[in-house]
Amino acid sequence: MERLVFRTGGWFALALAALVAALLAVDTGFAVHMGIVCITALLLAMFTMRNADYAGIARGLLKMPADQGKYDDDPIRWGILATIFWGIIGFLAGLFIALQLAFPALNLGTEFTTFGRLRPLHTSAVIFAFGGNVLIATSYYVVQRTCRARLAFPTLARFVFWGYQMFIVLAATGYVMGVTDSREYAEPEWYVDLWLTIIWIAYFVVFVGTLLKRNEPHIYVANWFYLSFIITIAMLHIVNNLAIPVSFFGSRSYSAFAGVQDALTQWWYGHNAVAFFLTTPFLAMMYYFVPKQAERPVYSYRLSIIHFWSLIFLYIWAGPHHLHYTALPDWAQTLGMVFSVVLWMPSWGGMINGLMTLNGAWDKVRTDPIIRMMVLALAFYGMATFEGPMLSIKAVNSLSHYTEWTVGHVHAGALGWNGMISFAAIYFLVPRLWGRERLYSLRMVNWHFWLATLGIVLYAASMWVAGIMQGLMWREYGADGYLVYAFSEVVSAMFPYYVMRSLGGALFLAGAVVMVWNVWQTIAGRQREERPMSTARHDVAKDRPIVAAPQPAE
Amino acid sequence: MADDNKPKIDAATGTEIKHHEWDGIQELDTPLPRWWLWSLYATIVFAIGYTIAYPAWPLIDDATQGVLGWSSRGALEKELAAREAQVAPIRKAIAQTPIQDLPAHPQLMQAAIEGGRSAFRVHCVQCHGSGAAGSKGYPNLNDDDWLWGGDLMAIEKTITDGVRNPDHDDTRQSLMPAFGKDQLLQAAQVDDVVAYVRTISHQDRANAASQRGAAIFADNCAICHGPDGKGSRELGAPDLTDAIWLFGGDTGSIHDTVWNSRHGVMPRWDDKLDKTTIRMLAIYVHSLGGGEATPAVAQAQAGQ
Repeated sequence: MERLVFRTGGWFALALAALVAALLAVDTGFAVHMGIVCITALLLAMFTMRNADYAGIARGLLKMPADQGKYDDDPIRWGILATIFWGIIGFLAGLFIALQLAFPALNLGTEFTTFGRLRPLHTSAVIFAFGGNVLIATSYYVVQRTCRARLAFPTLARFVFWGYQMFIVLAATGYVMGVTDSREYAEPEWYVDLWLTIIWIAYFVVFVGTLLKRNEPHIYVANWFYLSFIITIAMLHIVNNLAIPVSFFGSRSYSAFAGVQDALTQWWYGHNAVAFFLTTPFLAMMYYFVPKQAERPVYSYRLSIIHFWSLIFLYIWAGPHHLHYTALPDWAQTLGMVFSVVLWMPSWGGMINGLMTLNGAWDKVRTDPIIRMMVLALAFYGMATFEGPMLSIKAVNSLSHYTEWTVGHVHAGALGWNGMISFAAIYFLVPRLWGRERLYSLRMVNWHFWLATLGIVLYAASMWVAGIMQGLMWREYGADGYLVYAFSEVVSAMFPYYVMRSLGGALFLAGAVVMVWNVWQTIAGRQREERPMSTARHDVAKDRPIVAAPQPAE
Repeated sequence: MADDNKPKIDAATGTEIKHHEWDGIQELDTPLPRWWLWSLYATIVFAIGYTIAYPAWPLIDDATQGVLGWSSRGALEKELAAREAQVAPIRKAIAQTPIQDLPAHPQLMQAAIEGGRSAFRVHCVQCHGSGAAGSKGYPNLNDDDWLWGGDLMAIEKTITDGVRNPDHDDTRQSLMPAFGKDQLLQAAQVDDVVAYVRTISHQDRANAASQRGAAIFADNCAICHGPDGKGSRELGAPDLTDAIWLFGGDTGSIHDTVWNSRHGVMPRWDDKLDKTTIRMLAIYVHSLGGGEATPAVAQAQAGQ
């Protein structure tokens, strides 16, 4: 009972503190945010009181310890649902801002719906809300399975999930209200950054705690990749967001860095967000789900070691290639470029290990739509990690930088690699997590595959053409030695490509909508009548932790 | 698993399987693909070579400069210098020839039009539009209707000093009063004079209001716009009898103009662009279709 009183009181105290902060707020954004915190804390207090087992408390029962013989899958189920939910929001936002570029009237004449505010909403929703949720959920799944141990610190694991959703809500509402520190892919202001830091440390504790209680002698390669993600993102997040708040009751802050140091810090963070948020943990997913779905051993243990260490050693230095031909000193630009070039093979190590795992099972590309998605994801990973080093070469960069080519490059990676491997993992996980025999429809996975593939191809192709054209038009001199095109003429030349890109985005979104239906029906326990396609077996009996023989109490 | 120390061979690939397993996942002991390894070595060799050739390694308070002596600033300067060398002789000739004499040098005119087009696309399109067709409040530069004169010298002067540029004595200056807002005319009188302007621009037939407006026009407007409403370039007063309207020729727009006045501003460019570029801009604008010959009087004055 004391515990219950303590918890409820804690929520009320938090609600009160948030209310006071909202009343003292020096700007609207901060007041609204503290209001959101206050309402959330009140709801949690109510929830805690209503759901308490009063009868149990009255009889003095202790809470049953969790069954160590089962995996802790609740936060994973929530995480998968959150992934899908935020994914749809993020894809919709992306489609909308793509249309805004083609048809500026869609800015709708209010500051809340301008491209400038919705663009970070899109990037954060897809990277951190969609990507972040799928990473947290799959890492919980993979670390338990490959350690054969139940998740450590279950309460903390749940705090990580819900706290992370709170982070997303605060970030997203902030962008729309104009609360931003203008650091690309790290736009949330100082108090939201602090909150994320707390969550991230809790995440680290849960993950490492589970690794420490593992029942396998070695740590599986997927977990190295997840761990590199958790540790490095903590470092990047903290350093990049070092700032001094203007007021402790306001949503403005000043960065600790200035000038070119600030630019370099931002791109050190920005590029490594690509590296350690969008590459290494997604490779972790690949290392678990590809061999599971293909039912084949991983191609090369040695390659996994060499490419892991070379990848994480090299990636962290590549950021300066975002600042070619700027005030950044030449020597730093050179190093950023050569580290990026050397990064090519370590990146491809992951692609090779994924694709070649299909040796002896290549026929599954024909028969298993989930494998097909994984293969496409790896192909786009390979393409994007070839294109990346190429774009980092200064001569290429002088043409490509600031053009749509960069946008095409990012989306080949994001839609093709991150998107497709995440969808494949979702299709793998949903029947297993909800105890269904199979997906509602494997054929619909195939539809999703083709819609998304067509969308990505349209997107990437239109942006390549647009980007190269843009770069060439900007730099074109006439015979008399004068620039041929005005900036505005280059902008208007982009129109057909912007429309084509929006169409690609719409197709990709349509594929995701098919997924929503498929997942929904699977969870509802339905099965579509259709010609069967093959997929991996699931051995329910083996899907449990190893429980050590009872040991004498110490 | 552990009790089996003999190498296990994967049937499909003939490769040895490592002796560990996680949740059913095993790993093959495939060696690193040779092409992968050699490609990695090749990129490393390239990287080392590149860092020797170009500025790369940070030292205490400087960095290695690279054996090629390349720097991004140096490269930029070289490019700019090469371009400067390409355009300098013609620019010099354009600058040194009096603008009214330039039409006699087709080659210089052609180069000036190209340079002017380029500058126009950077500095002028924001207001006058990509095709110089203007929009409400921003004059169309393709037609032969000029507020301040359409010969080369007049255009050059307008670009140099701007129109109603604040705090600049040489700027083109004219201030039409806000007849309604400042109560110089009563509301009914404004309506009448608008009606009159509609008739001299051949949009409406003469009517009672316009006939009343004629007298008001003669007393208040003719001093700048002329007794017949044909305007005056000395005063920047537009011709009210043609079909070209800077702020719109419908009754509502003309009413707004008379009531509030307009006072559009064009910035002076002599503090932003060099004289040659301004001259090239003038020649480009002159070439768009409405350019006029320089009047003899101005020629003579310029010659003195």
